[in-house]
Amino acid sequence: MALTFEDIARVANLARLELRPDETAHTLSQLNGFFTLVEQMQAVNTDGVEPLAHPAALLGEVALRLRDDIASEPNQREASQVSAPAVERGLFLVPKVIE
Amino acid sequence: MTSSMNNMDLHDLGVAELAAQLAAGAVSSVEVTQHFLNRMAQHSALGAFLAVDADVSLAQARAADARLAAGERTPLLGVPLAHKDVFVTRDFPTTAGSKMLENYRSPFDATVVSRLGIQAGGAGMVTLGKLNCDEFAMGSGNENSAYQPVQNPWDTSRVPGGSSGGSAAAVAARLVPAATGTDTGGSIRQPASLTGITGIKPTYGRCSRYGMVAFASSLDQAGPMARSALDCALLLSAMAGPDPDRDSTSLDLPAVDYAADLLASQPARAKPLAGLRIGLPTQFFGAGCAPDVLAAVRGALAEFEKLGATLVDVSLPLTELSIPVYYVIAPAEASSNLSRFDGVRYGHRAAHYTDLTDMYKKSRSEGFGDEATRRIMIGTYVLSHGYYDAYYLKAQKIRRLIAQDFQTAFAQCDVIAGPVSPTVAWKIGEKGDDPVASYLADIYTLSSSLAGLPGMSVPAGFGAGGMPVGLQLIGNYFKEAQLLGAAHQFQRATDWHQKAPGEKL
Repeated sequence: MALTFEDIARVANLARLELRPDETAHTLSQLNGFFTLVEQMQAVNTDGVEPLAHPAALLGEVALRLRDDIASEPNQREASQVSAPAVERGLFLVPKVIE
Repeated sequence: MTSSMNNMDLHDLGVAELAAQLAAGAVSSVEVTQHFLNRMAQHSALGAFLAVDADVSLAQARAADARLAAGERTPLLGVPLAHKDVFVTRDFPTTAGSKMLENYRSPFDATVVSRLGIQAGGAGMVTLGKLNCDEFAMGSGNENSAYQPVQNPWDTSRVPGGSSGGSAAAVAARLVPAATGTDTGGSIRQPASLTGITGIKPTYGRCSRYGMVAFASSLDQAGPMARSALDCALLLSAMAGPDPDRDSTSLDLPAVDYAADLLASQPARAKPLAGLRIGLPTQFFGAGCAPDVLAAVRGALAEFEKLGATLVDVSLPLTELSIPVYYVIAPAEASSNLSRFDGVRYGHRAAHYTDLTDMYKKSRSEGFGDEATRRIMIGTYVLSHGYYDAYYLKAQKIRRLIAQDFQTAFAQCDVIAGPVSPTVAWKIGEKGDDPVASYLADIYTLSSSLAGLPGMSVPAGFGAGGMPVGLQLIGNYFKEAQLLGAAHQFQRATDWHQKAPGEKL
């Protein structure tokens, strides 16, 4: 199975990336090289095997936890917005979404 | 420098030795910190640091000196270190090696940073700066840093490994006594191996991931990098521990004093490792590993036998499959984690765009480098409709089989040993633009990462070009103390970890 230019364009759009035209062919050949390696996985018999999403699932006695749903962090609005590209009156600015 | 230290170069001392000098009042933290700052400036051409701020470091050193003067004696108080730039820090910028985060200032410290640091409740270490790394920790040569490649201090035309390449180079060159690193698929162990230092990736969840810029959340783990197992034990004792309110995957296990275990074993015994069974996976000793690396690894294993350990053959049959499995799962998680970089709340925003979607696309394409872009593309594809089962789910199933194979092997042995990297450090630029060639070189570190097991690299000798070779030790879950203990006994019997790069450094 090989990826096509259409696949690259579709995936780039899903990932909100914009590839330059000269990058697309290069990316296509690199990803096809990579997926040749990935195809080796199909040879492994995984019938009846449960997917393992996370190693914590193997550490029997260790249960994932939730903390109480209460605010525990101080308000740091200014410190949090120091690195924001565009801020006005404490709000993040974005291009107009609704006309 | 005070008179008692006159003839000694402070940078030749490790963490434990510096702590002893500080506790004895033979030298102050300000003197030690200034000495390392001078060395960092002298060797800035290595490219190990992305951020240095002498005023901040010296203020922390003065605070440490005040705590020492008040009588506090804790194991790391006043000793300096530097952090890989994927740990967010309030007092230094954090870039994760990416243009995306150029000029980013975190409003908080990562848990690992605050546990080690000078503020109340911390171990009292002084931060010397932030260390270069592959962009978002994606790479194994530090050539994917958006800022500059890092040079290997043993041969400046070669890479230091990655992604914790700045950490490894700085420790090896004695610019810092210790550093933090992160390991997703080998990023502590492989650069430690390629620069001749000691590094340990603990069991997944042992150290909090809070404040580590996320790459692949089911794999990312923090760990120390230093010259000796003892120094790593001192650091890990402070770094590790539950962080229940901030990282739901941090293990709820009591903190362990790993260094006390090692020091308690001090009385010399002829066979300190008697009874230790070391498993050698046949797949780690095949034709894929360079002969010079295998020779050094076998030499180290012979030393372990002299110390009383026995060697047994074990099998990890899916070792080769760990490469595609990892490179499906890690990019899948990365594509999700890196979706937060949208040019709105922090990070790069393009100067010109038409609408919101165009702003996202242009900001992300300008901010991410080639490898990050490639992994986002791979991850998005394997998670997309119609491909999820064939790739992502299939990889997760094989991930379980890989983890099971380790448990089969651990029925026959206590620790597993082998090479870390199939070759010594390569020349900067040598691997060109072939990502698959780079991925294949991760073969010996990926499987234990997928299983969430602890692993370390211990200096084991030298290979081609006089470049360092590391021995990998992999333990079962929660067995960091056993790994550090075995490495410590090896380092009491050998001096590979005390070798330093050439006279010019």
